[in-house]
Amino acid sequence: MSFLEYAPAPESRAILSLRDRYGLFIDGEFVDGRGTPFQTISPATEEHIATIANANEADVADAVAAARRAYDRTWSKMSGRDRGKYLFRIARLVQERSRELAVAESLDNGKPIKESRDVDVPLVAAWFFYYAGWADKLDHAGLGADPRALGVAAQVIPWNFPLLMLAWKIAPALAAGNTVVLKPAETTPLTALIFAEILQQADLPPGVVNIITGAGDTGAALVAHEGVDKVAFTGSTAVGRAIAKQVAGTDKKVTLELGGKAANIVFDDAPIDQAIEGIVNGIFFNQGHVCCAGSRLLVQENIHDEVVERLKLRLSTLRLGDPLDKNTDIGAINSREQLERIHELSEIGVAEGADRWSAPCDIPENGFWYAPTIFTNVQTSSRIARDEIFGPVLSVLTFRTPAEAIAKANNTPYGLSAGIWTDKGSRILAVADQLRAGVIWANTFNRFDPSSPFGGYKESGYGREGGRHGLAAYLKPASSVGGRAGAQRRLETGGAAASAVGEAASEKPARRARRTPKPTKKGAAK
Amino acid sequence: MSRLAVPKTYKLYIGGAFPRSESGRTYEVVSASGAFLANAAKASRKDARDAVVAARAAVAGWGGATAYNRGQVLYRIAELLEGRRAQFVAEIEEAEGVTRAVASAQVDEAIDRWVWYAGWADKFAQVAGNANPVAGPYFNISVPEPTGVVAVIVPQDSSLLGFVSTVAPALVAGNAVVAVASERFPLSAISLAEVLATSDVPKGVVNVLTGSPAEIAPWLASHADVNALDLVGAGDLDWISLEIEAADTLKRVLRPEQGPDAAAPALGRISAFTETKTVWHTKSLR
Repeated sequence: MSFLEYAPAPESRAILSLRDRYGLFIDGEFVDGRGTPFQTISPATEEHIATIANANEADVADAVAAARRAYDRTWSKMSGRDRGKYLFRIARLVQERSRELAVAESLDNGKPIKESRDVDVPLVAAWFFYYAGWADKLDHAGLGADPRALGVAAQVIPWNFPLLMLAWKIAPALAAGNTVVLKPAETTPLTALIFAEILQQADLPPGVVNIITGAGDTGAALVAHEGVDKVAFTGSTAVGRAIAKQVAGTDKKVTLELGGKAANIVFDDAPIDQAIEGIVNGIFFNQGHVCCAGSRLLVQENIHDEVVERLKLRLSTLRLGDPLDKNTDIGAINSREQLERIHELSEIGVAEGADRWSAPCDIPENGFWYAPTIFTNVQTSSRIARDEIFGPVLSVLTFRTPAEAIAKANNTPYGLSAGIWTDKGSRILAVADQLRAGVIWANTFNRFDPSSPFGGYKESGYGREGGRHGLAAYLKPASSVGGRAGAQRRLETGGAAASAVGEAASEKPARRARRTPKPTKKGAAK
Repeated sequence: MSRLAVPKTYKLYIGGAFPRSESGRTYEVVSASGAFLANAAKASRKDARDAVVAARAAVAGWGGATAYNRGQVLYRIAELLEGRRAQFVAEIEEAEGVTRAVASAQVDEAIDRWVWYAGWADKFAQVAGNANPVAGPYFNISVPEPTGVVAVIVPQDSSLLGFVSTVAPALVAGNAVVAVASERFPLSAISLAEVLATSDVPKGVVNVLTGSPAEIAPWLASHADVNALDLVGAGDLDWISLEIEAADTLKRVLRPEQGPDAAAPALGRISAFTETKTVWHTKSLR
């Protein structure tokens, strides 16, 4: 037995008390969906976990109507102080049921229990805690006194951080006074449905949060619904683009957190041990199913060989396997569909002349798995240097000067995140200034905090989640009469409009006709 | 025969413990109708100095905790207050001679205000700090930090709400507090100290003195290891002399406030006890 062989240490599933079937959570209760139910499975074993209701257009309409009723009758009339108390309750209940949520998340998503237990779920609680405190402090959100909620928020989230993305969406929306219809990803609905039980325990008024499960068409119907005032989407750039087209010309406010192809830049004076850990965390955290993953390693030419060598050594120690085992570093790929995409792009990488190296590890018989993989000798034009793989695959490129590193880092339509590794503080700050990305990590990677805004430049989306910015995304100024039409009206009438707003507030500008068909693309990959 | 009650001994709260005054002195606390309620400890100069020492020792840990952690610890106090609601309501009814409804309203507002301030812990730096666009290749950011030890003469006309309204904001940024309770209504302050002692607030972060503010305040105002002085409840004292004393070590001073709006919830009560630190760092590609 080598020092790398540990005895199995599986987290017990006994803490879960799952139902065999889950309905849609609408108006505070679980109801049957009218679409064809689907299965959610464990990607590590392909075993059935539960049967999940599928919301069709009528169900979507019910959920939006429930959210509207709750907004009009309850939530918009409640004091910020009381909204905050509900959010604090939710934060506490998440903390109290954290073990159960972590086990469910690892089971349904395939991520290692040490990540769901130590990262996902604690951040979920933190997110609710942080935004709970904002609910009665909206005057300080940066929009002037007495800002208003937008109304009903339609929120569609991905499968890579199922519960965390739910928290990123719901916490600020409720704090700002909106009501919510949320659609979890098709492959990872489980923790959202347990979360619905938490909402019942918190005695949240019915309809304030509605959770509807289904596939891409459910999400598309939700986003397209007339009764929605705000759309928040995290997922692929392709779907985000379709949503942006779909809501164009309407009064809906939109925030989009989309794909990424982050550069992780390592200078030759970087603290190399920390950098290796940071590179590994950057791309192999959560099997690389991370929108802000450091998937392009830009390493200074003179240390390339050393870095690659040490990376291979480090990757050889990673433990791939049962997500519920406490020693597991690399869990399962979330779905067969995603695994096929990773295989496809990986083969293209080889065909385009890059050198592939995969960590030697035993792949379990069942389930979806992909060994941590590094490509060297990658050209900037190669698909594996341009396309978001969304898996445990790292493309290594080199540079000689800071200017070249910046040019290569920015040579992407994405702009979500970037990493910089160097001992020189002044260089970190100068390089950070020139990177066209929304989050820059220096001598660290994949750090998240509810107080810190997160979001992308360019085709990684727009709007920010986290911090004050994330709150403002769910608010409008007191003087707003709604959306772009309102802004236009203010421009036309000049400053005098502000005083007339009180009367104007009730007459909402008529919605314009939609110009584009609703998106039909399926699968939300953040 | 009805059961004979076991009355509580009200003591000081210093460094996480409940000592009597080292002076051995107490004073009678009476109800609105003049009935005897309890003997409260009458803190001395030595007690005040002990409290400052305890507070100073607690600053590093409390101020150095993450804002998120402070927020959670403070929120937990509100949770515990909620559980002792009935005790505080009864105490206030008796001491202030008000109806149950009025006493309940005071307790509810105290709890909700505590929650409001707890929520600021990980937010006020985002409102009070900023990134500064200086004209040069420099990163420049300003952030508020706790000033250190804050001595508070709490509002004298309220049992609980005045105490909460002044102590909670001083704690938010990471200061440690020496609070001088209301002379007439000191019992709720000590009961609150029992809540603090069983919460996750580190010892010494809050210290409560009961007794005569007129006697204790000058020692705190002149104490060289006190960084700030909140005189909000010192309206009936010679507060100008206290402010002059405080000027010796250039303490940050908040002046007395009177009436029902005294110590109303405000971001200013948090930022008053912070120092703004601005950090410059060069930017260079070389």
